[in-house]
Amino acid sequence: MARASVHIAALIAASCAFACHVGAEELLPYNITGDGIAESLTGAPGDAARGRALVLARTTTCILCHSGPFPETRFQGDLAPDLSGAGNRWTVSQLRLRLVDAARFNPETIMPSYYRTDRLARVGRNFAGKPILSAAEIEDIVAFLATLRD
Amino acid sequence: MSFWRAISAAALLATAPALLAGEIPPDARRSGYSFMGPDTRAMQDDDTSNPGMLFVLDGEALWTKKTGNADKACADCHGDARGSMKGVAARYPAFDKALARPVTLDQRINLCRSNHQQATPLPYESRDLLALSAFVAHQSRGTAITAGDDPQLKPFVEQGRDLFMQREGQLNLACTNCHDDNFNKRLAGAPITQGQPTGYPLYRLEWQTLGSLERRLRSCMTGVRAQAYDFGAPELVALELYLMSRAHGLPMETPAVRP
Repeated sequence: MARASVHIAALIAASCAFACHVGAEELLPYNITGDGIAESLTGAPGDAARGRALVLARTTTCILCHSGPFPETRFQGDLAPDLSGAGNRWTVSQLRLRLVDAARFNPETIMPSYYRTDRLARVGRNFAGKPILSAAEIEDIVAFLATLRD
Repeated sequence: MSFWRAISAAALLATAPALLAGEIPPDARRSGYSFMGPDTRAMQDDDTSNPGMLFVLDGEALWTKKTGNADKACADCHGDARGSMKGVAARYPAFDKALARPVTLDQRINLCRSNHQQATPLPYESRDLLALSAFVAHQSRGTAITAGDDPQLKPFVEQGRDLFMQREGQLNLACTNCHDDNFNKRLAGAPITQGQPTGYPLYRLEWQTLGSLERRLRSCMTGVRAQAYDFGAPELVALELYLMSRAHGLPMETPAVRP
């Protein structure tokens, strides 16, 4: 009995450690190969339908600058390339790195690095230490963009 | 080809020595008015439909109202604002000798209140401060902006320019990325302006009220998910000063109407 409760305590401690890790939004490690990230950030494939909804949500900021094949909204931007055909122009691996850290390719780009928390100035209190998108959100958006073929 | 490019680059440098890469040349500077649709323009142009004029009228009443322990009104020292305040707002923020730094029109009004009227300062964005500020700035409607010309302001203009060029926030964007490099394009369907502060305080339809340039700057900072500076912070004053100096020569529009 005593041994069992020790095990349970250890289990709770372990899950707390894991949960705290996630709570701090620590970035998952990834490997850059060539001009992309070949493996999923989460280890699982993204969901393209969820990705479409995310691209259209203003909070992800995508369509503030980009336009795309989204007839249901006229509130689209034209500061950045149209997303139509993104799946032809880029591989999944390239799309993933461009979302994670576009500045890696062009330090002057206005596209934010969606999965980076360092080298930033005066980040708002509510956003400090957090990436713009979670790893799972990036995977969903990558899965959706890969379906955008002309 | 490269020869002519060098010549034109040299000519540009010679005619606009103060211009940094990416900055808008004087003859290409445009008020936010020129980016608006006809309905919003009409609302600004007609004083009977411009909601900012209600604040101007309130400010006119406050101008002659005695207040503070000194029991003095603005008019007791400054007389008729139509003469004494004409062109003043086009020179603000202005250098204050006692403080050895620039002060905004709002801060000048509050300095007058505490030093001469012995009254408590009005809170930022309060109706009375916006009304007084709108009334004073309205006397400069049509006057060309000359703020920042005072040589004592030079380091503060430069501080403001540095802040304008510096990327910040979770989205890692600087003012210049949109307002120098991408004006006329559309952000979520709405045109991006050059950010020329010609009509403050102005009536913003999104706010449903009059607001200051500092309020506008703070909402841009929040937009890029940066920690906005507090009202009256030296950084906001420097940014306001740089923006006004950047709008050099454009006519004042107070009270402007913007979407």
